[in-house]
Amino acid sequence: MSADSLNPVAPSRVFVAILLRDLTVARRELPYFLVRTALQPILFVIVFGFLLPKMGMIPPGYSTTMLPGVVALSLTLSAIQSVALPMMQDFGFTKEIEDRLLSPVPTTFIAIEKVVAGLLQGIVAALFVLPVARLIMGPIPGLSFHNLPLLLVVTALGGAAFSAGGLYLGTGIAPQQIGLMFSVIVAPMIMFGCTYYPWAGLSHVPVMKWLVLINPLVYVSEGMRAALTPAVPHMPVPLILGALVILTALFMFLGLKAFDKRAMS
Amino acid sequence: MNAIESRSLRKVYPAPAIKKRRGAPAPPTPPSAGIVAIDSLDLAVADGEFFGVLGPNGAGKTTLIGILTTRVRITSGEAVVAGANVATEPAAVRRRIGVVPQRPNPDRSLSVIENLVFDATYFGIARAEAARRGMELLEKLGIADKMNAKVDQLSGGQQQRLMIARALTHDPRVIFLDEPTVGLDPQARLALWAILRELHGQGRTIVMSTHYMEEADQLCDRLAIIDQGKLLALDTPAALKAKAPGDTLVEVTFDGDASVAADAARSIEGVSNAEARGPLLRVFSNRGGEVIPALINAGEAHGRIVRDIHLSRPSLETLFISLTGRKLT
Repeated sequence: MSADSLNPVAPSRVFVAILLRDLTVARRELPYFLVRTALQPILFVIVFGFLLPKMGMIPPGYSTTMLPGVVALSLTLSAIQSVALPMMQDFGFTKEIEDRLLSPVPTTFIAIEKVVAGLLQGIVAALFVLPVARLIMGPIPGLSFHNLPLLLVVTALGGAAFSAGGLYLGTGIAPQQIGLMFSVIVAPMIMFGCTYYPWAGLSHVPVMKWLVLINPLVYVSEGMRAALTPAVPHMPVPLILGALVILTALFMFLGLKAFDKRAMS
Repeated sequence: MNAIESRSLRKVYPAPAIKKRRGAPAPPTPPSAGIVAIDSLDLAVADGEFFGVLGPNGAGKTTLIGILTTRVRITSGEAVVAGANVATEPAAVRRRIGVVPQRPNPDRSLSVIENLVFDATYFGIARAEAARRGMELLEKLGIADKMNAKVDQLSGGQQQRLMIARALTHDPRVIFLDEPTVGLDPQARLALWAILRELHGQGRTIVMSTHYMEEADQLCDRLAIIDQGKLLALDTPAALKAKAPGDTLVEVTFDGDASVAADAARSIEGVSNAEARGPLLRVFSNRGGEVIPALINAGEAHGRIVRDIHLSRPSLETLFISLTGRKLT
């Protein structure tokens, strides 16, 4: 018998192999993926960033407020979907993930790999939407890329938090409730996520200003604002980053726990 | 050396939560502590053995295979597979085993050959070597012409072969198959048997669960008969068949409750045991079918009319019925 099956394999190698599988599949489905995750933000850009300003119903400067929110939305929506949808399928009916659960690494690695793959897909979606939005809305006053480190950190933390959130939703929610998840969780999250208005603007409705703080998307939107359009009023950066770190840790903890519960009976 | 060893293995699933509706009466029985799927199971499977786990649906076969393949958590006891403990060194166990699931679960986002190549890379095998092995396995299993097909285009039998190929990409020492022939047509089943025999011939340990007596009898070196999570018998198929009691099993179905005839049946010469289950009277006879007229009379004396009579030669099936009072399928 071959000695093959006795040699231990480096877990990092297995991790990379599984990540490559997910990226191969994602690359093949790229057009569908972009439609699924970028269409909604782009439609908003067309209506609120192009049509309404053209009609004079919205001041032209609004695009500056909206762009960071749209980028945040694409990042988070695609990160959450890239993990939650396959998880629901895999654990719900097809059991396709079984092959990876039988690979020689601790089960937690498989879950972490999913979160990394989701984060990468979120970044792709954000990178796609940013230039498209700029193209549709025309020149955006106050847009700057000088704060690149902050942009990278917000992107990484925001993507990771929502990817981990997708892990939690995908493993914790029954597949039959997927429609419910989008209408009850995702839709309100988008509307009250400070994507289309800055958090500071909610000072007019103080109750909302404090209520929306439970919405994780708020911190990503505000983080994008701080990084991309620093002139627009935004939350203090330490508060944004602190909240994103806590959310990432919380969702990761809940997601790994839920994943483990589904992976091992 | 043993490929598999388990000591006092026990698995209890939590009892399903009973949703109580408002206004509904309380459940008649208090919620139980859990469902015992495997109960104090001690097993030792030798290296290179073809080992069968035989039992009806719900006997605990899938749970047992789940535990041994690191996918089901042990409640208590211990299991060692290919030299590694399933609870404390699951990654090492997974490195050394191949698993063919009850229902094919190929990666539907990948083609046939990609299923094998990617799976091999999950085990640290370099891509070029993975591709070579994948091709070799597809040829060996007779689905090389489907290498670029989507897995949905494969028939049930072909998908099952793909699952076997995938279980072999990393050259495992122990192969687990959970009811691999369920849902296959007779031809595909025979082809699968040939493949399994060849794998066994290569010196690999094979553990296969099944509820088909014939399959267990034909393929396995040794058989464990389990029911309700307990080991009822463990031996070679020939030795187990020799243990089957009272030669022939005679089953007489009456038009009503058979228990009235059971006592009379036990006193018939040649009957070693008789038992009634509803309208069914099960009799073990050491005189073959000679006892049938007396059985009919025993029923008619109480106004029962015979609806059906069935004879079974001593087999694993009759042994199983004598052990559990239940049929396998």
